[in-house]
Amino acid sequence: MSRLVFVGRRVLQAIPVLFGITVITFFLIRLIPGDPALQILGQHYTAAAAKQVRHALGLDRPLWSQYLLFLTHLLHGNLGESLFFKQPARQVIEQRLAPTLFLVGYAAVLAAAISIPTGVVSALRRGRLFDQTARVVTLVGFAMPGFWLGIMLILLFAIKVPLFPVSGYGAGFVGHLDHLFLPALTIALGFSTIVVRTLRASVLAAYAADYVDTARIKGISRVAILLRHVLRNAIVSVVVVFGINLAFLIGGTVIIENVFAIPGLGSLLVDSVSTRDYPVVQGVTLLFAVLVVAINLVTDLVHASLDPRVAAR
Amino acid sequence: MSSLASPSELLFDRLQARSRRRGRHLRRYGSLIAGATILSVVIVACLAAPLLTHYNPDTLDPLHPLAGPFTPGHLLGTDEYGRDILARILYGGRIDLLIAFGATGVTLVAGTAIGLVSGYFGGLIDTIIMRIVDLFFAFPFFVLVIAIVAMLGPSIFNMFVAIWLTSWISYARITRGHTTVVKNREYVLAAKALGYRHLRVMLRHILPNVVSFVLIYAMVDAVGNVLLGAALGFLGLGAKVPSPEWGAMISDGQNYILSSWWLSTFPGLAIVIVGVGFSLLGDGLADLLRTGD
Repeated sequence: MSRLVFVGRRVLQAIPVLFGITVITFFLIRLIPGDPALQILGQHYTAAAAKQVRHALGLDRPLWSQYLLFLTHLLHGNLGESLFFKQPARQVIEQRLAPTLFLVGYAAVLAAAISIPTGVVSALRRGRLFDQTARVVTLVGFAMPGFWLGIMLILLFAIKVPLFPVSGYGAGFVGHLDHLFLPALTIALGFSTIVVRTLRASVLAAYAADYVDTARIKGISRVAILLRHVLRNAIVSVVVVFGINLAFLIGGTVIIENVFAIPGLGSLLVDSVSTRDYPVVQGVTLLFAVLVVAINLVTDLVHASLDPRVAAR
Repeated sequence: MSSLASPSELLFDRLQARSRRRGRHLRRYGSLIAGATILSVVIVACLAAPLLTHYNPDTLDPLHPLAGPFTPGHLLGTDEYGRDILARILYGGRIDLLIAFGATGVTLVAGTAIGLVSGYFGGLIDTIIMRIVDLFFAFPFFVLVIAIVAMLGPSIFNMFVAIWLTSWISYARITRGHTTVVKNREYVLAAKALGYRHLRVMLRHILPNVVSFVLIYAMVDAVGNVLLGAALGFLGLGAKVPSPEWGAMISDGQNYILSSWWLSTFPGLAIVIVGVGFSLLGDGLADLLRTGD
């Protein structure tokens, strides 16, 4: 019962955040310096066309009315009209959603596969060669620009040793797996530098707990202690770290998509900046934020189901 | 995020430090010294660029395009217009370092001030500020920065504005958290009882006890800002391509990656070196803080 209450409360908490996101996204358009119509139309500026653009963006109304309109449209799934594609921004965004979600999911899986073993072994072999190496690699990896790492991976594994495609999204599930391997790996490596450190610390902390001493005294084997007592507790922090840093992972896709020419939301966002397609920029920003809120919600719920103390609090 | 060690991490590093008295000084100051050395060398090299290379970063040399590294006269080779890559990295470093210090410095001061006020006074101000902070955290940072740059129009200055608008939130949250703890300490209560003004209590009694946490985070943030500045340059949303900014150089070099790997590789290494410098400095500060008391 208390768990159900926790879920309900947590979902309700997300609502004001979503509301606030719409406010920030709405105000983004007010940052356009000068007359947005002039910015958008450029040399095609005429008084009549400007009036039309202002009307299309709702700029000819009072501020509160603009926001209400924005919100009403949002509730109907209307993100406005793309100024560049001349079709609803929602359609434009929907077409680009799948590659980004695939990339984020793929990167998360690879990140788990890389960081969990590395973090655990680092903790078990604390101060030894493996741990020291992992420390240096994470230090350097943390300072490495993702887009540059991506280019280096292309250079090594797509050009010098042609194992993977240079760019694109591929066709079919296997094609996606093949084409998105290098970009997903790029994101996963950057992400892992954060996760490995935290996981190492939480495994060490779990080993320091009293119940581990108790288990040792009872004569339980080292492997059983590791699997049943230490990892079970440490994995909770992995879930939390993954959840918290997923915003970073999602932000990373924006630039990596541009390196590997993947037709996702990130490349759409950057293209829309240069075409001054403000409604699409707004829509993509909003969608990314909603994605982060959703992921945080799921993280908290998974956290609570793994660790009953969270829901009881 | 990874900047502030969890309590468990603190505990463990303390245990570790206790168990290994030997080489303690190296442990304590090693990262700090290494980081400071790396950064000073880079800063001096970039500022003294005219003394280190006689090439102009923008002078075209159509006779020697795409010369490989270690060709006589061009240690790191030349780009497609025959411009010396070492010279471009040294001069471009001025832009990237400006981003690191300019973006980080402003948000450090502003965010800390906001966090101090929020944590010290509490109540309605605190609630409002922290709700705003929560909202900003709901956006992927990079996406929000790009969205703001998109609205303002892509340029280096607008990139600064976008970072200023968004990255104070982490400083505010960290400062606020520590302030709420420190403000109930006896010496702060004593200072208040003596009738000191709020400003004096905040600056003289709370800030010194909070600032180390903020500085450690600032080093992580500086790494982030170097990467962010380079990333925006790479995407053509910050520094523009003829500029020798490192991200823009990498972007330019990607067009020649099939034949000339050095165009993109060396500016990237420069970013890594600066980033590692800041990271080591941050680790060093954190080590000092942990074993310092």
